[in-house]
Amino acid sequence: MPARRIELMLCTGTGCVAGGALHIKQALEGELARHGLPDEVSVVPTGCNGFCGQGPLLVVLPDQIFYSSLKTDDIPFLVQEHFLKGRPVPRLMFLPPEKKERIPLLGDIPFFKKQMLLVLRNKGVIDPEKITEYLARDGYTALEKVFTSMSPEDVIEEITRSGLRGRGGAGFPTGVKWRVCRAEKKTPKYIIGNCDEGDPGAYMDRSLMESDPHAVVEGITIAAFAIGASQGFVYIRTEYPLAIQRLQLAIEQARVYGLIGKDILGFGFDFELEIRQGSGAFVCGEETSLIHSIEGESPEPRQRPPFPAQVGLWGCPTVINNVETLANVPQIISRGADWFAGIGTETSKGTKIFSLVGKINNTGLIEVPMGITLREIIHDIGGGIPGGKQFKAVQTGGPSGGCIPSSHIDLPIDYESLKEVGSMMGSGGMIVMDQDTCMVDVSKFFVQFTNDESCGKCSACRDGSDALLEVLTRITEGEGREGDVEFLEELGAAVKDASMCGLGTTLPNPVLSTIRYFRDEYEAHIKEKRCPAKACKSLTAYWIDPKLCQACLICMRECPGQSIYGEKNIIHVIEQGKCTKCGVCFDVCPPRFDAVKKLSGVPVPSVEHGIKVERKKKGDRLEGEHVQA
Amino acid sequence: MAKLTLDELRQKRAEAQKGVYLREGEFRGKIIVHMGTCGIAAGARSIVAAFLEELERSGTKDIQVTTSGCAGLCSKEPMATVEMRNSAPVRYGELTPEKARKIFNDHVVGGTAAAEYALGIGSERGA
Repeated sequence: MPARRIELMLCTGTGCVAGGALHIKQALEGELARHGLPDEVSVVPTGCNGFCGQGPLLVVLPDQIFYSSLKTDDIPFLVQEHFLKGRPVPRLMFLPPEKKERIPLLGDIPFFKKQMLLVLRNKGVIDPEKITEYLARDGYTALEKVFTSMSPEDVIEEITRSGLRGRGGAGFPTGVKWRVCRAEKKTPKYIIGNCDEGDPGAYMDRSLMESDPHAVVEGITIAAFAIGASQGFVYIRTEYPLAIQRLQLAIEQARVYGLIGKDILGFGFDFELEIRQGSGAFVCGEETSLIHSIEGESPEPRQRPPFPAQVGLWGCPTVINNVETLANVPQIISRGADWFAGIGTETSKGTKIFSLVGKINNTGLIEVPMGITLREIIHDIGGGIPGGKQFKAVQTGGPSGGCIPSSHIDLPIDYESLKEVGSMMGSGGMIVMDQDTCMVDVSKFFVQFTNDESCGKCSACRDGSDALLEVLTRITEGEGREGDVEFLEELGAAVKDASMCGLGTTLPNPVLSTIRYFRDEYEAHIKEKRCPAKACKSLTAYWIDPKLCQACLICMRECPGQSIYGEKNIIHVIEQGKCTKCGVCFDVCPPRFDAVKKLSGVPVPSVEHGIKVERKKKGDRLEGEHVQA
Repeated sequence: MAKLTLDELRQKRAEAQKGVYLREGEFRGKIIVHMGTCGIAAGARSIVAAFLEELERSGTKDIQVTTSGCAGLCSKEPMATVEMRNSAPVRYGELTPEKARKIFNDHVVGGTAAAEYALGIGSERGA
């Protein structure tokens, strides 16, 4: 390969591709060719960079200059200025929210600075579709080490000592699971990588698969060696086409190189790996349902014990690990259990990948050491809440997790601390909410989700979620009754106790945790028929303050239901009977007037039609107010 | 392709590592070719190519070849600045590919500035 002076690491994760990254790639290659630069400057498509909110993204190596929000129109100028003439282009660099100075270097951007890359160490640094790129980053050296110097028992011992726990949510010690399976007499044994990621707003596993599939292939091969399996599957949902494509390529390349298949590297170990696609049922993330799905049965869970490590796929001993767990394995083998155990907290070792979404400035995928506080994640990495609003709560663990209120912002995150406050690690979704989020509405949303996704096998989950949803819906519609909150608590506890699988035992968590921290919001809905966040439609009305309205006609024009009356110079009035509460008027009313108000829990004051507007005189303008012509 | 043995895998890895050194980020020095319009017109592109060829030929991995804008002395283009760690940068002018090769071998590899092509030592002061 000829020497180059610049490598352009172009993010081609799903987010950036959706934002046009492949067009950017074409444009870059076209412009580089036009300037005769392809020999000196190469374009390397990478997996998800993580800073998805700013995509499409480009990192220029070796200088580490970070370009964000690129458009194809920017490319000719960028290529000529930076890659030909060596003058970086400031206007394409990252501008932090509410700041004036752009940040040129990747390493100086707070979003990246506080992260610790272990599982995602290759994200954005390699082309995930080439095995040579993974090899160059010491890929498959852990497999080498296992074959040349370790017994299966040594591998299990090393993983146990490292303290690695399942990254799918429950946090079961990985080494223990492997040991149980290893000890089973029955053969064959199976290993399954669980990449069935179903939480709303979560995409950790997908991004891992898209950015470094060989890490999973290497990890699962080592796991197979440790437990004595000769066949493995990666279970991945059909909705992840790019992840499937890259994993498929990785498996084929590994097979060609002889890193999976018969007699791997001449050490006499056989291992076959295949992909199984799921159709996206949430319950398939549960291990016994997942096994049924691979067997071709309908994906319903079964009672445990016996655990899959004893009786699993086709009745044989089977280990199911989340793919993030498996991607940790090569690192632990290469760098040692002590190194891994040195990262994190007393009970939770290593790092965790989270997808940081919701009301947060820097949306994206992050990897952080266990024990980091919520404050660091939300304010330093996440860049705070948009629009200067108040941070209210964060939902971790998706529909199985719970809400953590702002009072716990200094909570160091690990498996135990999250459980203590009524949530859970889950697979790593992290949904940030601000003052405009209604907590009753949030818990209704999650119960709606789990109610849809409940497989219906056991009545606690099926009927319990129905009943929870019914009461929550009633409360948000202003029909709440005295005693509803106590009923939700009692029923929630019963569903937890009586459900068969993880879906049912965790589905009351969003309800119980929001009651625990935001009981007053429930009470306000029920007793005062008031939604404090002014989010529940049935309890909120839109009203135009006649003292503030400047009769500018904007809301009248934009109202899709034509429910606003008024004319030029005549104050606008919302016809409450016609209003569908879509909120468009609230959004379009110019901030300098701020005349459209949301009301909840109070009667809507009536306003006469036909009042003439009293214009503010020019001299009356408030300080800092800028009226545009 | 036949399946690999352990030694063959290691060989493949070593080969692959040659191609990605730009990503490791530790450099002993930097060659900056000035590529303003004046530099490009005077042939700076061939100077970059010459440096890159030398880089590849010598198997050097810890030197970065980069470009920057006009250095201000347009009549002496093409120009390049060699910055080695822990020593003052040296600016060279009126370069040809041959001179670039000699600079690479004398200064970057050998450690002694090619005084015959040097315009000066050091950079302008900042304000």
